Amino acid sequence: MARAPGRSRRGPARSALLHGTLILASLIAIGPIVWVLLSSLKPGYAIQSSELTLFRDTTLANYGYVLTETNFPRWFLNSVIVAAFTMTIGIFLSATTGYAVSRFNFPGRRPLMMVFLVTQMFPVAILIVPIYTIMARLGLINTMPALIIAYLTIAVPFCAWMLKGYFDSIPTSLDEAAALDGCGPFATFWRVVLPLARPAVAVTAFYTFLTAWGEVAYASAFIQTDDKFTLAYGLQQFVPQFNPQWEYLTAAAVLVTVPAGLVFFFAQKHLVSGLTAGGTKG
Amino acid sequence: MTTVTADPAPPSTPPGRSARPSRLRRSWEKHWYAWAMVLPVVIVLAVLIFYPLFRGIWLSFTNLTEANQAAEICIRSITGSEVCNDNPNKWEFVGLDNYVRVLTGEVGEFWQWTGTTLIWTLVCVACHFGLGLGLATMLNRPMRLRGLYRVLLILPWAVPAFVSAFAWKFIFNERFGLANALLSAVGIDPVSWFADRWTSLLTAIVTNIWLGVPFMMVALLGGMQTIPSELYEAAEIDGASAWQRFTNITLPGLRPVSMTVVLLGTIWTFNMFPIIFLVTEGQPAGQSEILVTGAYRAAFEGIRNYSLASTYGVLILSILLVFSVFYRRALRKQGEVW
Repeated sequence: MARAPGRSRRGPARSALLHGTLILASLIAIGPIVWVLLSSLKPGYAIQSSELTLFRDTTLANYGYVLTETNFPRWFLNSVIVAAFTMTIGIFLSATTGYAVSRFNFPGRRPLMMVFLVTQMFPVAILIVPIYTIMARLGLINTMPALIIAYLTIAVPFCAWMLKGYFDSIPTSLDEAAALDGCGPFATFWRVVLPLARPAVAVTAFYTFLTAWGEVAYASAFIQTDDKFTLAYGLQQFVPQFNPQWEYLTAAAVLVTVPAGLVFFFAQKHLVSGLTAGGTKG
Repeated sequence: MTTVTADPAPPSTPPGRSARPSRLRRSWEKHWYAWAMVLPVVIVLAVLIFYPLFRGIWLSFTNLTEANQAAEICIRSITGSEVCNDNPNKWEFVGLDNYVRVLTGEVGEFWQWTGTTLIWTLVCVACHFGLGLGLATMLNRPMRLRGLYRVLLILPWAVPAFVSAFAWKFIFNERFGLANALLSAVGIDPVSWFADRWTSLLTAIVTNIWLGVPFMMVALLGGMQTIPSELYEAAEIDGASAWQRFTNITLPGLRPVSMTVVLLGTIWTFNMFPIIFLVTEGQPAGQSEILVTGAYRAAFEGIRNYSLASTYGVLILSILLVFSVFYRRALRKQGEVW
């Protein structure tokens, strides 16, 4: 397309304004992250001083302490297990559901879509007590399956809804062609449609992972012993009402953000395209 | 919520009512794989959302707490044998008592919490949408470093909410936080953020805005990229200014996306738990609590008052349902079909 790039028509003043605003916004976006990172490299007395410094007595001691002297590695492992299972099961469940809702006009399709939307409204406050009772009756309190199941109920409806939107944008003629080649509905889904939906699946994976990685309410309510904590609850141990240990908290926060950042890095390419289809066609 | 999709949507009511068994059978033969695909989700939703929901509604009509939940009270005697008797104060159906007590303010701070929740939701969603729209518009133009800006601006999304909450609580620390240090640097006295209801709420709102803008930005940016560029070209040829193009092409083109994200954003923010729970912790003295965190504290702190928490839950759900119904109706009036 022979469209002149907008850059050439923008005067220097407007260009400076545009970049200035974006730089400011970027600084605000990464500022808190950088600040926590810098703080995690300072000893406790330097953090708790009213003097503002970027670097002071730089040390990795906080990381050493968190990794060796606390239960942090255990919590980390617990979170990885919970998030990985939630992500895998969640993607599988929401992809098949999203596909069925997108392609087949079966009785019960519209109510199901409504249910997906309505479940977004259910506050944790009304569900948490009955789910707690169910888990207690099944003997799942203080176990990881309790958390995995609870997180699936949060993630699956939204993801199915989003994936449905994306599947809608994949031409049905592909399905028909696959059917002519002798693929059943399951094979069509698995071999033809799912590979095409990779961007949306990436977004779904990202969303489910972060849901499980960062959820606080269920983790605080269902898990009772120190060795079963996930990070979301475990980290609260570093900042009790009195004598909070910010140096360890900041180090732990950095360590927690790294895996989420990695997942994010792999998903971000697809975020825009994946979310668009989900958003517009939902 | 569906727009026109590719599938040819045959009417679901078949013509002949008399042919019932064969109709069921045909329906099964035609749709069994669709049902098989949605079955796991339906089961999970039924067991873990709808059963708990109805049980929660039922509990809100009882006086169940941690103290009276046991059906029997067992006392171990000196000899080691256990004697069990029926619990005389067993929990029971109390009708609308919980609602009356909550709504009249006898228990908790329902009206104050509702007010706080409304302010919290309104401010957060307005800022999310406004800032997200602004940033998306800027990022939608061709320019240098666009990719870098985009990655940097999305970054807060990659940080788990509880980590962000801790980070901002750290920044708003009264003695050594970054916020007060910056204020002193420009000659303003440090603020005791968590000592006042409004500054306390402000810290949580700032945190949540920081956290939520990337989602809005990405969703709106995606929406903008679906608007055909021919529209802009035509408008430019007709001599429309940038602002006119924005209000006459971008905004209408974004309607479907914005309607969805505003509704979802409102619901999510209304029910946003970790930020208030971890950043303000309700300080001072529970004054910055929103409905969800207040209900959580009723259920899991002190003597766990399960029935009271469920009552709050039902009230929260009712507010959101009423909101969604009005929202949908408003949309339908403007010709938006769901």
